[in-house]
Amino acid sequence: MAKFSPYENNGGTCVAVAGDGYCVVAADTRLSVGYSILTRDHSKICQLADKCILASSGFQGDIKALQKNLAAKELVYEHNHNKKMSCPAMAQLLSNTLYYKRFFPYYTFNVLGGLDSQGKGCVFTYDAVGSYERTGYSAQGTGAKLITPVLDNKLKSPNPLILPARDAVTPLSESEAVDLVKDVFASATERDIYTGDKLEIVVINSSGIHREYIELRKD
Amino acid sequence: MMKPDMSALETHFGAPAGEDCGLLFDVDDSSMPAMEFPNCPNFDRFQAKTKDMVKNKRGTTTLAFIFDRGVIVAADSRASMGGYISSQTVRKIIEINPYMLGTMAGGAADCQFWHRNLGTKCRLHELANKRRISVTGASKLLANILYSYRGMGLSIGTMIAGWDEKGPGLYYVDSEGARLKGNRFSVGSGSLYAYGILDEGYRFKMSIEEAGELARRAIYHATFRDGASGGCVSVYHVGPDGWTKLSGDDVGELHFQYYPVQKTPVEQEMVDASPSTA
Repeated sequence: MAKFSPYENNGGTCVAVAGDGYCVVAADTRLSVGYSILTRDHSKICQLADKCILASSGFQGDIKALQKNLAAKELVYEHNHNKKMSCPAMAQLLSNTLYYKRFFPYYTFNVLGGLDSQGKGCVFTYDAVGSYERTGYSAQGTGAKLITPVLDNKLKSPNPLILPARDAVTPLSESEAVDLVKDVFASATERDIYTGDKLEIVVINSSGIHREYIELRKD
Repeated sequence: MMKPDMSALETHFGAPAGEDCGLLFDVDDSSMPAMEFPNCPNFDRFQAKTKDMVKNKRGTTTLAFIFDRGVIVAADSRASMGGYISSQTVRKIIEINPYMLGTMAGGAADCQFWHRNLGTKCRLHELANKRRISVTGASKLLANILYSYRGMGLSIGTMIAGWDEKGPGLYYVDSEGARLKGNRFSVGSGSLYAYGILDEGYRFKMSIEEAGELARRAIYHATFRDGASGGCVSVYHVGPDGWTKLSGDDVGELHFQYYPVQKTPVEQEMVDASPSTA
């Protein structure tokens, strides 16, 4: 008699890359359970504020609950402070929201992308219980271990903890970053069974939010 | 969700997370963020495997010591999940306020959250009492919270270092409930290697540069031998005017500073020979 588990891994991969004045957030759209594909058309990306996008992989039940929870908290913030939440503020809120369920965690692996108040791209990467860090790029999910080494190779910047501080500007332009993300997902699709079908790419820059879809291998 | 009976510990949880959106803490003596507990027979072992899987475990090396000019605090910057390095740029030294630092070892989220909570409490203490909190007081606040969560799976091994009216102060606090006052501590998987260098080179009277260099060397040697430590060495100094960051160095580059590559004679011969064969 199998013991009931409240968790399940629905697979998928999320990636975000930040640059000077833009942020690219991308995720595949495959939803799986075990060896079955439940749907090829499920978005893992949620817009929380006008310059703030959350991409999450893991257990879809917890992801939906988390996204709704955050959207509601953002609305309350807007009503209390008469302005939308900034990306760093949302990053802290997400961390606390995850930690409040420290003893029954959200099984979600999140990547938050957006623009900070100076208009520079920012990416925040999380573990399942809320530890977070601002980075220049991040990958989470089943394909993350395949993707992260490639992003390290292309985008790795000097460690921000080094003194005297070295300038860490992402060398890529917005279109180069989008091309890199497409390539990296194409490679992850080849070797990860849970990644594929379609890629949803969302680009945030000063002129707003722009979304596109790319076909990936469906096998 | 059912709450287990905690009355024996004489603590009480604040309002359930829903009422104030969980964004604000209740301001009272033992204020603690309310956490939901799963309604199940064996709370401690609930989803133990899954919790272990999702926790961002950390190998680490951190150290801190008191000397005549204050306190030196140093740490590496690697976070690992089992055998995978999840980050090389983790901030393991947390700035609780301008004159107090905390170090992180153990669960990343646990350390981040509770140190931030400690910073909030220290600020509330300042506002309520019109004076800064002592290192003794701050470490006690943290230790009491961690003791009340004892056995629930938090993993925190931290050192609270600061300068208060009594001078430099250093405490080790962990999630088992221990709170120790001392002059020299190192915490983490690489701590044994760091102790080797630290204990050998330590003297009470040192200049700030010498002390910083000792700390840097100790962490470097720990990252050299311990696979779970690496990235960057950050060294901080806490003096009567607060803390300053002394240095941040990539461990890979530090290696060649300490152990520069020696050119061997064979290489020289090859360089000389090549023009004639060309």
